[in-house]
Amino acid sequence: MGTDAVVLGAGTAGMVAALRLAAAGASVLVLAEGEGGLPLAPAQIDVLGYRPQLILDPLGELGGFLESRPDHPYRLIEAEEVGASLEWFLELSAPLGYTGSPHLNRLQPTALGALRPTCLVPETMAAGDLSGGGSVLVVGLRGFRDFHAPLLAENLSLAHPPSGAEVRARSVEVSLLGDPRDLRPQLLARRLEERPVLAELGREIRSRLEQEELVGMPAVLGLERSHEAWQRLQELVGRPVFEIPTPPPSQPGQRLQQHLFRALRRLGGEVRLGVRATGYRRAGDRLMAVRVVTAAREVEIPADHFVLATGGIGTGGITAGADGELREEVFGARVSRGGAPDQPLVEYMATQPLDRLGVEVDQEQRPLGAGGEPLFQNLWAAGAALAGAEPWREKSGEGISLATGYRAARLAGGARA
Amino acid sequence: MTELAWGAEAWSEVRASLDRCIKCTVCETACPVAAVTELFPGPKTVGPQAERFRTGGQSPDLSVDYCSGCGICSRVCPQDVRIAELNSRARSELKRERGAPLRDQLVARPGLLGRAGRPVAPLFNWAMANSLIRWAGERTIGIHRKAPVPRSTTRTFSYWVGHHVGTRSARRVVYFHGCSTQWYEPHVGQKVTAILEHNGYQVVIPKQDCCGLPLQSNGLFPAARKAVTRLARQLVPDGTSDLPVIASSTSCGLMLKREAREILGADSPELRSVSQRTYDIFEFLLELHQRGELRTDFKPVPLTVAYHAPCQQQNQLIGKPALEILRLIPGLRLVELDRSCCGIAGTYGVKREKYEIAMRVGEPLFADIQAEGPDLVACDSETCRWQISAATGATSVHPLEILHRAYGGS
Repeated sequence: MGTDAVVLGAGTAGMVAALRLAAAGASVLVLAEGEGGLPLAPAQIDVLGYRPQLILDPLGELGGFLESRPDHPYRLIEAEEVGASLEWFLELSAPLGYTGSPHLNRLQPTALGALRPTCLVPETMAAGDLSGGGSVLVVGLRGFRDFHAPLLAENLSLAHPPSGAEVRARSVEVSLLGDPRDLRPQLLARRLEERPVLAELGREIRSRLEQEELVGMPAVLGLERSHEAWQRLQELVGRPVFEIPTPPPSQPGQRLQQHLFRALRRLGGEVRLGVRATGYRRAGDRLMAVRVVTAAREVEIPADHFVLATGGIGTGGITAGADGELREEVFGARVSRGGAPDQPLVEYMATQPLDRLGVEVDQEQRPLGAGGEPLFQNLWAAGAALAGAEPWREKSGEGISLATGYRAARLAGGARA
Repeated sequence: MTELAWGAEAWSEVRASLDRCIKCTVCETACPVAAVTELFPGPKTVGPQAERFRTGGQSPDLSVDYCSGCGICSRVCPQDVRIAELNSRARSELKRERGAPLRDQLVARPGLLGRAGRPVAPLFNWAMANSLIRWAGERTIGIHRKAPVPRSTTRTFSYWVGHHVGTRSARRVVYFHGCSTQWYEPHVGQKVTAILEHNGYQVVIPKQDCCGLPLQSNGLFPAARKAVTRLARQLVPDGTSDLPVIASSTSCGLMLKREAREILGADSPELRSVSQRTYDIFEFLLELHQRGELRTDFKPVPLTVAYHAPCQQQNQLIGKPALEILRLIPGLRLVELDRSCCGIAGTYGVKREKYEIAMRVGEPLFADIQAEGPDLVACDSETCRWQISAATGATSVHPLEILHRAYGGS
């Protein structure tokens, strides 16, 4: 009876913390206002991609990176523990065939045909590492408007991986499902799990494929049965097939989310969505309960340990008032600019004042109050809620969430023991 | 404490929530209807997006009528946009502009059907099982010939209440049983009463009519408002104005808890009072258990039961208390079905043009049930139970029927 740990937020960091706690035997309840970034993101695990020059060995270059970024969330964690969290993730997500090494970045095409450094990818994307060059047939689906194969192929042929190898790309467009005007990714992914539809796609691709070409597809190869769909398509075309992330929504992201949600359920944990945290109850230096709004009334949910993984300003974990006041929504934790400038810069792509926004924490990832002391002994923060990172620029988002979620669970677990 | 808004304020909060939409598409990924049909372009498209064009009493398109009203979009939205609520209102506007077919008027009034069927229940049940009559019903009024319909009963729940000698106790609750218990499944109400009495409660069961939920989901808002306001008055008999109100029909419970306020914009002193005192039966029992007050003199129930939490139960935002209580029962093998929606969404899936969509929505759930082959499927919502049984052939029960059995009931 009763809940050992409450995790606020159902994104990567929250789910990692929840899974680690549940695996250690805690009863875990994840509360979230809605789904997190998982169903929107490409499901590639970025660890560190730029410092600002391209990074090939993310774990190896972590120390050097931190010298120039002393406020970065990675400062809290030993490289060894970052690596351990990634190894754990590889094991956990084996059913999705995640692959890669924390010491080697891959270069995978984006939806616009740039090569992007990332670290771990699901099996359906594994053949898309173009670090060593390659020849790609980019397959577009007529009516699927979120994927522009000709643009992607043209940009991809301009890419220059540091190996100096050549990337060649061309595109074809395939008509499927009676050529509807608007193919939505959800529907498309489900239909591509059907054998006849997949067979038709396979025939179309094969008839236009040249020898030695890899096949790059929009990432809509199935949802629940993506492994079968991807494998079958490879057999049908006789060449490696890889998925290229689309703009949101993301099918690979939903596969990963489903996998994490189910893994938690198997461990006896629960994810409760649609719940807004409105307050809390304190006793001394301990957080006793969070208050949430159900359909009819506000209720208290007590627990022994709490993890704050509500994200930053993009997800509403932190809000900015019209007067410029920045606020962490649930506990009023101290918000920091994470080393970003105080004033806006004229240069468009420069780091702007709110770019590294997050809550300030002590060395133990405990959010600080106005006086600089930890708000509570039993509240830990993880993921995009932490100040100091610019994940879109440095390609570090999932790595930070994994490592800090993993560590938050360890710290909470240590407090349990 | 956070105060909930009522009346015009609740209405305008819902409308204003669309400004928080950042077009992230999370709702579109979770929508069970958009995943199976091109006729519904998704909750964001017909909701926060189209809402801006709904001015001057003009609906920009008709696709919002394909929203089943399951409410999953609102639950997964990270920005707290009241998507399902907006879409429900948009449908009501559509019905106001274009009128609702006789079919919708009929299925929206379970009391009407219940009253008509009761005196001739055997005939009614025979007719509903007769394929020729069902075929004619599909052609003439548009109720799909294979759609699940409940079996009528000659003895209503209120008939049983009239003959029931309840226990007297200082601890009392009001029981809101809803239409399905009254007209089709009186045994559910009898078991709720038995369980509450076994736990030392006196059960006050006032005369009550429909909560208006089917009217609401068919877009007939003025009638729905009237119904829920009347029901709220009925649920406050003398001397009960501070008692918990226990609901065993989970969707009707949600109507009192939130939908009357957020979707209908209904308001009355009785409704405000009843709303915040309404508990799902298992929510109430779990709170008893957390206080150490639930009787746990359970007999083993050596069955495999697969539990499906219906959408409207999940929309109460209370987790799955039925699971937590059933887990206490010795000998019971409990399987949590991990699927979002069975497709029926109240009266959505009985309609000729929506039946196939509803069946496709429910397909993953039905497949899981068939693969598991449980002795019973437990589900808190009556229309979902009927859909599940019709689609899978499995026997479905309210989870409280399992609890009743564990307490030694038959």
